[in-house]
Amino acid sequence: MSQDTNSTPAIQADKLCLTFDANDGPVHALKDVDLTIEKGDFVSFIGPSGCGKTTLLRVIADLEHPTGGTISVNGMTPEEARLGGAYGYVFQAPALLAWRTIERNIGLPLEIMGISRAEQAERVQRTLELVGLDGFGRKFPWQLSGGMQQRASIARALAFDADLLLMDEPFGALDEIVRDHLNEQLLQLWKKTGKTICFVTHSIPEAVYLSTRIVVMSPRPGRVTDIIESDLPDERPLDIRESKRFLEIAQRVRNGLREGHSYD
Amino acid sequence: MTGMVNRIAPIAVVVAAIMIIWYGFTVHLNAPWQIERYEKAGTEWQMSDLVRDTMAQGRPILPAPHQIVTEIWNTTVKKKITSKRSLIYHGSITLSSTLLGFAMGTILGIGLAVSIVENRAMDKSLMPWIITSQTIPILAIAPMIIVVLNAVGLSGLVPKALISTYLSFFPVVVGMVKGLRSPDPMLMDLMRTYKASRLQTFWKLRLPASVPFLFASMKVAIAISLVGAIVGELPTGAVAGLGARLLAGSYYGQTIQIWSALISAACMAALLVGVVGLISHFALRRMGLRT
Repeated sequence: MSQDTNSTPAIQADKLCLTFDANDGPVHALKDVDLTIEKGDFVSFIGPSGCGKTTLLRVIADLEHPTGGTISVNGMTPEEARLGGAYGYVFQAPALLAWRTIERNIGLPLEIMGISRAEQAERVQRTLELVGLDGFGRKFPWQLSGGMQQRASIARALAFDADLLLMDEPFGALDEIVRDHLNEQLLQLWKKTGKTICFVTHSIPEAVYLSTRIVVMSPRPGRVTDIIESDLPDERPLDIRESKRFLEIAQRVRNGLREGHSYD
Repeated sequence: MTGMVNRIAPIAVVVAAIMIIWYGFTVHLNAPWQIERYEKAGTEWQMSDLVRDTMAQGRPILPAPHQIVTEIWNTTVKKKITSKRSLIYHGSITLSSTLLGFAMGTILGIGLAVSIVENRAMDKSLMPWIITSQTIPILAIAPMIIVVLNAVGLSGLVPKALISTYLSFFPVVVGMVKGLRSPDPMLMDLMRTYKASRLQTFWKLRLPASVPFLFASMKVAIAISLVGAIVGELPTGAVAGLGARLLAGSYYGQTIQIWSALISAACMAALLVGVVGLISHFALRRMGLRT
């Protein structure tokens, strides 16, 4: 079947449901989620804890299996996409292997995929430069600050050149100054590489600053309550966060979150 | 300099305290026999005589520390290694079965741990037996092992080493299972996103993550390997080894000999644990882990 790959959405979810069986009855982590993410989008998922934003990301990554509805990643099932190396995943914590240098951590996915040593070295070097860690390749994770460790884990997710980057609150554990800095870098990285990024956060400014689209979610059951298109310019210096338009969008996100909460 | 003092001073205080208590008990426990002797011989004695003589008995109830040190000195430095009375000769025999048993126990332990972690059926079926094996008193089972193995023609080093193995595989299994299961669920998910095979996950994640656990278990394992080797020498009428030395000493009431074998065994255990600790330190440092 010949498909125009450019028109296939990066992610397409229809009536997606996921129910966990807990001791005190079923937990509706996701209920009837409809979502389309186009290629090249920077989409943030925002919502209070328990709204299913991480679960949704894990479903896309084939780390959880939906109990209802359909989802496709690059026109494939999540499993096919995972086996095809369609995405890089960045976790809440750096999740670096303590016994490997930064270089060898970034090279881990390449090693597993059986890429030649020469190409591994070349790609590791390229991604190290991309995240601004040039010269730190021989260091062990504990020798780096938390922010640098998280950048290394982003480099690892970028190393095998997947079009899709799934990021689960990657900067949640970092202080605000480091976070601002990494947000800026991530935005530049996105523009440079043209990847599709799905970004889970619970910070409104972070979501508005980074995204082209903001998916507002609410808990019990986890569902999408609003999808906001951001019309902020592509060029986003950090002080755009004081602009009128930015504050308007942030206000709309806040309202969306508040509405979701009025249920309980 | 002050660092060294800070480290040594507390140990020195404890050692000094033990020495004082020990000498006190030496006089106290050996005094009745000494006083009896004075009375039989009709000698006049004073406290200073009693203190001196209780510390110089041939077969004291409790030998004084310096008697033990002298005995160890006489049976190591002053004896030829080939002599049947050399502690180095006996020690090396115990050491060889300790090391052989430790090596076999470590390999067995790692093998069992891997099969338990990688195979659910093994986990369910093996683990209870492994735990049960350690509830059997080793003193009860050691003679059986020696006798049975003798019947099939195995004697000498191997049966003793097998008793060491029997004891030492256990901490290795327990530690290794814990170590192989130690990787964070996040790291397991990470490997899944890379479509890593079971084998790749094992070699690149589980095994390296288990190394610190392995070394911690090996420290325990080598100490009980030595215990196993000595226990293995006790019931067999073995003629050589620290265990045989202990047994011979107790047959003939040679308390000084018993204590010197005992202290030697303790020193050997400390040395072995220290060596494993040192290897562990350098190995983990080489892996880039902070120790």
